[in-house]
Amino acid sequence: MFYPQSIEEIQRVVVESHAPMVVRGGGTKPGLLNHNDSVTTIDLSDVSGILEYRPEECTFTALAGTRLNDIEEVLSDNDQWMPFDPPMVDKGSTLGGVLAAGLSGPCRYGFGGVRDFVLGISWVSGDGNLLNGGGRVVKNVAGFDFPKLMVGSLGRFGIITEITMKVFPQSQAFATLEWDCLNIEEAVKFMKLLSLSKIEFLALDIESNGIVRVRIGGIQNSLQKRLDSIARYKNGAVIFKDREESEKWSSLRNFCWLDDSCMLIKVPITPDIVCRLDSKLSHYEALRLYSVGGNVAWIGWMDSIVKLDKILENLGLTGLLLLGEYNTPWLGTSAFDNVFAAKVKAALDPKNRFMSL
Amino acid sequence: MSKSFLDKLKDIVTDEQVLTAHSELIPYESDGLTAFKALPRAVVLPNKQSEVISIVRLCHEHSVPFVARGSGTSLSGGSLPNERGIVIGLNRLNSILDLNIEERYAVVECGVINNDVSEASKHYGLHYAPDPSSQLVCTIGGNVAFNSGGAHCLKHGMTSNHVLGIKAVLPDGTVVQIGGHSLDSVGPDLVGLFVGSEGLFGIALEIILRLVPMPEGFRTLLAAYPSMEQAGDAVSSIIDAGLLPTAMEIMDNLTIKAVEATVHAGYPTDAGAVLIVELEGEIVEIEEEFKCLRKIIYESGAYNVTSANNQNERALIWKGRKGAFGALGKISPAYIVQDGVVPRSQLGSALAEIDSLSEKYGIRVANVFHAGDGNLHPNVLFNNSDEEMLEKAELLASEIVQMCIRRGGVITGEHGVGMEKREFMNDMFSDKDMDQMLILTDIIDPHQIANNDKVFSRSRVPGI
Ligand SMILES: Cc1cc2nc3c(=O)[nH]c(=O)nc-3n(C[C@H](O)[C@H](O)[C@H](O)COP(=O)(O)OP(=O)(O)OC[C@H]3O[C@@H](n4cnc5c(N)ncnc54)[C@H](O)[C@@H]3O)c2cc1C
Repeated sequence: MFYPQSIEEIQRVVVESHAPMVVRGGGTKPGLLNHNDSVTTIDLSDVSGILEYRPEECTFTALAGTRLNDIEEVLSDNDQWMPFDPPMVDKGSTLGGVLAAGLSGPCRYGFGGVRDFVLGISWVSGDGNLLNGGGRVVKNVAGFDFPKLMVGSLGRFGIITEITMKVFPQSQAFATLEWDCLNIEEAVKFMKLLSLSKIEFLALDIESNGIVRVRIGGIQNSLQKRLDSIARYKNGAVIFKDREESEKWSSLRNFCWLDDSCMLIKVPITPDIVCRLDSKLSHYEALRLYSVGGNVAWIGWMDSIVKLDKILENLGLTGLLLLGEYNTPWLGTSAFDNVFAAKVKAALDPKNRFMSL
Repeated sequence: MSKSFLDKLKDIVTDEQVLTAHSELIPYESDGLTAFKALPRAVVLPNKQSEVISIVRLCHEHSVPFVARGSGTSLSGGSLPNERGIVIGLNRLNSILDLNIEERYAVVECGVINNDVSEASKHYGLHYAPDPSSQLVCTIGGNVAFNSGGAHCLKHGMTSNHVLGIKAVLPDGTVVQIGGHSLDSVGPDLVGLFVGSEGLFGIALEIILRLVPMPEGFRTLLAAYPSMEQAGDAVSSIIDAGLLPTAMEIMDNLTIKAVEATVHAGYPTDAGAVLIVELEGEIVEIEEEFKCLRKIIYESGAYNVTSANNQNERALIWKGRKGAFGALGKISPAYIVQDGVVPRSQLGSALAEIDSLSEKYGIRVANVFHAGDGNLHPNVLFNNSDEEMLEKAELLASEIVQMCIRRGGVITGEHGVGMEKREFMNDMFSDKDMDQMLILTDIIDPHQIANNDKVFSRSRVPGI
């Protein structure tokens, strides 16, 4: 394991070490480090710090190993935040980690994901060069969009060292409503109805037991009126505000609902597959949360991971193993087993200095 | 053109679909950037995806360069033909293949017009959010190639933020499907890389677009300021106050006068600048935001504020903005639409710098821009029958780009690099960054045929 202290040291380590190399950020997602081969691990936790924060521009630039809770603190002093709602912040996850893993939280529903907020990126390539893509301003179409490409790449094109992100002003106030729809079928129906409404939900989640949960945010003065009209959509709404409300989402984002022994898997889905997937998973010991309006399944899995791998494959889905052990972090059908991906890999990592896709 | 290539092309499509006569080629000789002109050897107009794929394979086999073309509204020379190759006109691939309301996505062919997606989904209360001013004519394929923006992308984002999946034919003829129907994904964001690749990675055939509900309401206002600087500062104050309008647009006096002379939108012609701000969302929410907005606007030195009270008044405010480019055509025989980005807080001083450049060259510059994200569109007005003036106009336009870079901005915010900005790429990226982009292009397009003379300046392939 290497612990470089600077970008120059990363470059040196890359040149000198044996391939393939694997990067570790805050270590909150050990499942992503799963592989069969013997590898060189490079830990980036010392390459951290916010390099530039410009509240008036709604942008910041930070080193990849910077902890997200440090960033959140600085942003909130200026009433700003990262609306893609990064998960596992309280557990110590880093900016580079969340970007390389391509993870966004519940408010991805209302604002977009980490891919929609990344503006610029620097990375160390397999031959030790420091490369850049994107820029530092909020709008830019010059050159190829390498910043987006790196999202979800798990560091398999290079070692991400520096990231520029866009941020938004924080809402003045938030509130949450929950309904118990009794079962997943009813919950999905209700979720679809809400997702076609004119209400600007920040988050729209459902649980396998039929709970539907929505979050709104905005100006304090209008919040109660909005709550009242949303509550009319269906009887039985339970309303959460203030601290209780923010803690609820924070515990969801930090996966406090998982047992320690649980594996954690993210699966991108579409709303129409929720019921089918849920009925398959219900035969096993599995916790299921469907987030982002039925576009992301978070699965807490306690059975054999081989079984889940098969289930996902049969449904044509791809999963990402965040917590748990296996021979690969990618489960189910490959989402990027195509010529384009292969060409991109060949261009960015011609000598296979990093793990293969 | 070698006989065998043309013959083979006609084996794929009917004779009617291959244009070779000089008079037929003329309409394709340039795009929205008319300063560049080139005649292709032929234009082929495929009717279906399978034809596009076969044409690309044929080009690859014969190393014949091709340029994909949607509606040719590119303002950077992106769809300028290659003299040694062919143009593949994609307007006939214009089917909306699937409109899934419950799941909120549309699957469209690349030649579908941007606005037609919103038209098709509006009945269900949904729309396709990115709205370039050219939305009535430009194609989704062109939008994908350039990652096009629009007045409302301040809140909604650009094309890239709304594309979920792409079926494409790569320059070597391979067909790939990247991304999918979900909002989220696992693995590297290949869709993100493809969008904005300016046609260098091949042709997007089919695109999966995200649809979003139409907002419940809008609040739109037009504020007149004595100076551009004050209008620019107002934009910063709005952001500082924590508001997130969907659009913030500024126009200068020259543009206002041109607009008033043509479309009569009711803009005060004595204003140094007008600022349009639009809020959208739930009505109770935007009413509160609007109170806050009005307060900021009055405190920022606006001397004349008009709020739209209904859809007609809103349309009138936007009529001026949307008609701005056309109106400039009435006050100048020709103009260069520049596109650059500066950090938002530098808007005021950047505009002052443009003013002094305009004075230095003795050439008028009319400013219309997406102020919310610092995206400038200085329009350099000139007389195209005056060679010397054209040269000066080009110099002035290029000084503006250099200013953007110097201020920590970028060379293009939405119109792309195309032909026009190739020489500026090196000012933004290091040699190593450029090498990485070229290596990627060469691996994806080993015969260097897909719009290959765009974005980067490099030697041309022989072609036909
Ligand atoms: C009056 C006016 C207003 C405009 N306003 C805006 C604006 O507000 N915001 C903005 O961003 N732009 C704007 N533009 C620029 C232009 O409309 C956009 O760049 C648009 O996306 C181009 O679409 P098109 O169909 O005309 O593409 P074309 O000009 O035909 O092509 C553009 C590029 O895309 C490539 N291409 C086309 N189809 C495909 C495909 N299927 N696959 C791969 N590559 C392809 C071409 O090779 C070319 O490089 C404006 C232009 C005009 C003339």
